[in-house]
Amino acid sequence: MAQVTKLNVNGSSCTIDADADSSLLSVLRDQLDLTGSKYGCGEGQCGACTVLIDGSPRRSCITPVGLVGQKQITTIEGLAQGDRLHPLQEAFLKEAAMQCAYCTSGMIMTAVSLLRVNPNPSAADISHSMEGNICRCGTHPRIVAAIQRAAKTMNRSMKESGQ
Amino acid sequence: MSGKPDFQIPLEPERYELSAPPAYRFEVDRREFFKFLGAGILIVGVLKNAHALQESGAVRRTDESLPKEIGAWLHLGENSVVTVYTGKVEVGQNIRTSLSQCVAEELHVPVNRIQMVMGDTQLTPFDMGTFGSRTTPTMSPQLRKVAAAARDLLIGLAAAEWQTDRKRLVAVDGRVTDPGTKRSLEYAVLVKGQQLTQTISTEEPLIPATQWTVQGQSLPKVDGRDFVTGKHRYPSDQKLPEMLHGKILRPTSFGATLVSIDTHEAEQIPGVTVVRDGNFVGVVAPNAEIASRAVAAIRAKWKAEPQPSNKELFEYLKKNATAGKDPTGDASRYEAGSVEKAQASADHRLQQTYTVSYIAHAPLEPRAALAQWSGDNLTVWTGTQRPFGVRSELAEAFRIPEESVRVLMPDTGSGYGGKHTGEAAIEAARLARTAKRPVKLVWTREEAFTWAYFRPAGVIEVSSGLRGDGTIAAWEFHNYNSGAAGIRTYYDIANQRIEFHPSRSPLRQGSYRALAATANHFARESFMDELAHLVNMDPLEFRLKNLKNERLRAVFEAAAKKFGWGQAKAASHGFGMGGGFEKAGNIATCAEVAVDRKSGEVKVLRVLSAFECGAIVNPDNLRNQIEGSNIMGLGGALFEAIEFENGRVLNGRFSSYRVPRFSDVPTIETVLLDRKDIPSAGAGECPMVGLAPAIGNAIFDATGVRLRSLPMVPKGLKAA
Repeated sequence: MAQVTKLNVNGSSCTIDADADSSLLSVLRDQLDLTGSKYGCGEGQCGACTVLIDGSPRRSCITPVGLVGQKQITTIEGLAQGDRLHPLQEAFLKEAAMQCAYCTSGMIMTAVSLLRVNPNPSAADISHSMEGNICRCGTHPRIVAAIQRAAKTMNRSMKESGQ
Repeated sequence: MSGKPDFQIPLEPERYELSAPPAYRFEVDRREFFKFLGAGILIVGVLKNAHALQESGAVRRTDESLPKEIGAWLHLGENSVVTVYTGKVEVGQNIRTSLSQCVAEELHVPVNRIQMVMGDTQLTPFDMGTFGSRTTPTMSPQLRKVAAAARDLLIGLAAAEWQTDRKRLVAVDGRVTDPGTKRSLEYAVLVKGQQLTQTISTEEPLIPATQWTVQGQSLPKVDGRDFVTGKHRYPSDQKLPEMLHGKILRPTSFGATLVSIDTHEAEQIPGVTVVRDGNFVGVVAPNAEIASRAVAAIRAKWKAEPQPSNKELFEYLKKNATAGKDPTGDASRYEAGSVEKAQASADHRLQQTYTVSYIAHAPLEPRAALAQWSGDNLTVWTGTQRPFGVRSELAEAFRIPEESVRVLMPDTGSGYGGKHTGEAAIEAARLARTAKRPVKLVWTREEAFTWAYFRPAGVIEVSSGLRGDGTIAAWEFHNYNSGAAGIRTYYDIANQRIEFHPSRSPLRQGSYRALAATANHFARESFMDELAHLVNMDPLEFRLKNLKNERLRAVFEAAAKKFGWGQAKAASHGFGMGGGFEKAGNIATCAEVAVDRKSGEVKVLRVLSAFECGAIVNPDNLRNQIEGSNIMGLGGALFEAIEFENGRVLNGRFSSYRVPRFSDVPTIETVLLDRKDIPSAGAGECPMVGLAPAIGNAIFDATGVRLRSLPMVPKGLKAA
């Protein structure tokens, strides 16, 4: 079986030793100790394992590591810059958009990609984009509010930086 | 029973899987405690009444040991850190935060100085478990008393230091201050070099809710940052050096026994060890994928008896009902007046049958455990609402003393009543014993859907007789199998017969958030709506006519007012309400639905709940719990149901078992009634019970179609 020995994760090149058909999720969690991405269903139905691959949200539980190649992977651990949280992370805290928070990483990663594509999403846009992410505690309205809050923050800082 | 409903409902033990708390032997004596924690002061809270004892085991007393019946303890160290020990656990209900608020309030320290040690059977006092909305009404007062005693001890230390009257001194913000002389000392300085222990058993006077400054505030989750950065380690994230991964070979159906097995091929896979012990078959491997492959390579034959399917479920439950009592001895029959006489003289009579399906908790983190043996001592990290219960299970399974078992419960990816038992812990420990290395086992989603347990299904029969003016004269209510929680009516009815009938459950069943209160409220509050229509009364007016309880009336009135009950609505829309009393909380929920009669689509547009549970400890977290109850409740109300046949679950995956998603979620509003004159009650369960009847009654309002089975519209509203 083909082996994969390198992955680009959160801006670093990482050495791994995995079968090409191993799930990206298991490699991230077991070999790289990045346990922020969660197992929830193993069939791409719940979104708890969501990571970004070259900026697009992907279900790492059904992504064979062999298909990732040298693309850039971003996990929840790679979102903050030093001590500075990403605006979505801040917004999830501000809106208390979590209870057990097991879904939170996947929610935030999916939302990062949503805001990249649509910087001003309506509540309906958010609901549509987040449909594949399950929260069993029922914090959905707060997650929508957090994403809208983060969108505002990010748009404001874009303007301030003159972009 | 007397004609008047008794609202002092005692703790309802979980009916199915709980056994009595085991005797507890405390291993750390006072001196060892200080060795472990460093100098400082140690306050031990002792439970004093039998009711509280239900939740606490006994501690064997030796000379230097701590007293019996400890509920909680607290240590204040020379480094200013307050460490609080409680057997309660965090599964997302945010008690790590709310309990910190309680301690901060009474001890007068900033919340960020408080460290909560929770659910570690070696370090925390025995606790029966985190369920039944018990943390706020029982653990909060205990911790508040312990914190208040610590504060008084510190004031005493300062008074001795300054040789002044302690009455002159106040505790503020981690210091004792003499307002007269402006002298002030930090707690950390006061406890320097001390090894003081104080045991409290009397009623410490607590700060009344009207004077709270920390409680009553919407403090955010104390360790929220760890969750949004992915840093927090849930049970399934735990690791140890040399750790192996385990996987269990599951029987092909419930109750199956192993006939023959061939493990040869699995054992040829490098790094794999197969463990067989009777019906238990599992493997350990260097990683989870190899473990899965190894299990798949095992050829096994199983034998099982034929079993019923969900198609004949409700007939089966009625047919197999027993006259026996509730297994825990809970009162399961209430009688007042004469139902027969009242029915005979009633002006209107109605009888209906309601059903509820089995549903799954499906906490997003599946069962997980990491087990490590050191000689005959076992340590297990696992996600459970009952760490001490799991410790007993492990001790029993391995025939070792409970003192040899330590269970630790890292804050877990939710439970909802679905993580009371320790199967994953036992499985991981069994594998680790053979492997002689730590073993982690994480159930797959399919395993979680199949091998945990379900919310009980049930059949509920209600009949009633009304007088012409809408007074309910007779009430008869029979619940088959689903449970006795919330079975009694809070409406004032002179003649009642209420009975719970246990039955033989085709599936393994257990606790679920709000237990049977969801089913009983669904039947009761739907039936109330049917009765209101029978006598052409407004459902709110009909309820209030038959309801004296002021707290419950207040939430119904508050909900109706804010919701706009009775106001105009679109033709295809309907309004409905449901509510009740459960776990010392009062809920009233109104719902607006839109029904497309052509497609059969039912859309819940708006849900408003008014809730009152005494003095509010953390308003935003309370709102979060109420919103969450309503959203989780949507699933069981509308579409969640376990399908099964002959001992197999047919829809045990998220692709086939529908749970609420973003597009299902209506606009949710919450009205909080803060009763500072009433002790705080828990809120994780009660808010759920009003939703299903509110939706069902709204569907009836929109369409004239009455739905009497949960889930109500798994495939949309069929033409009727």
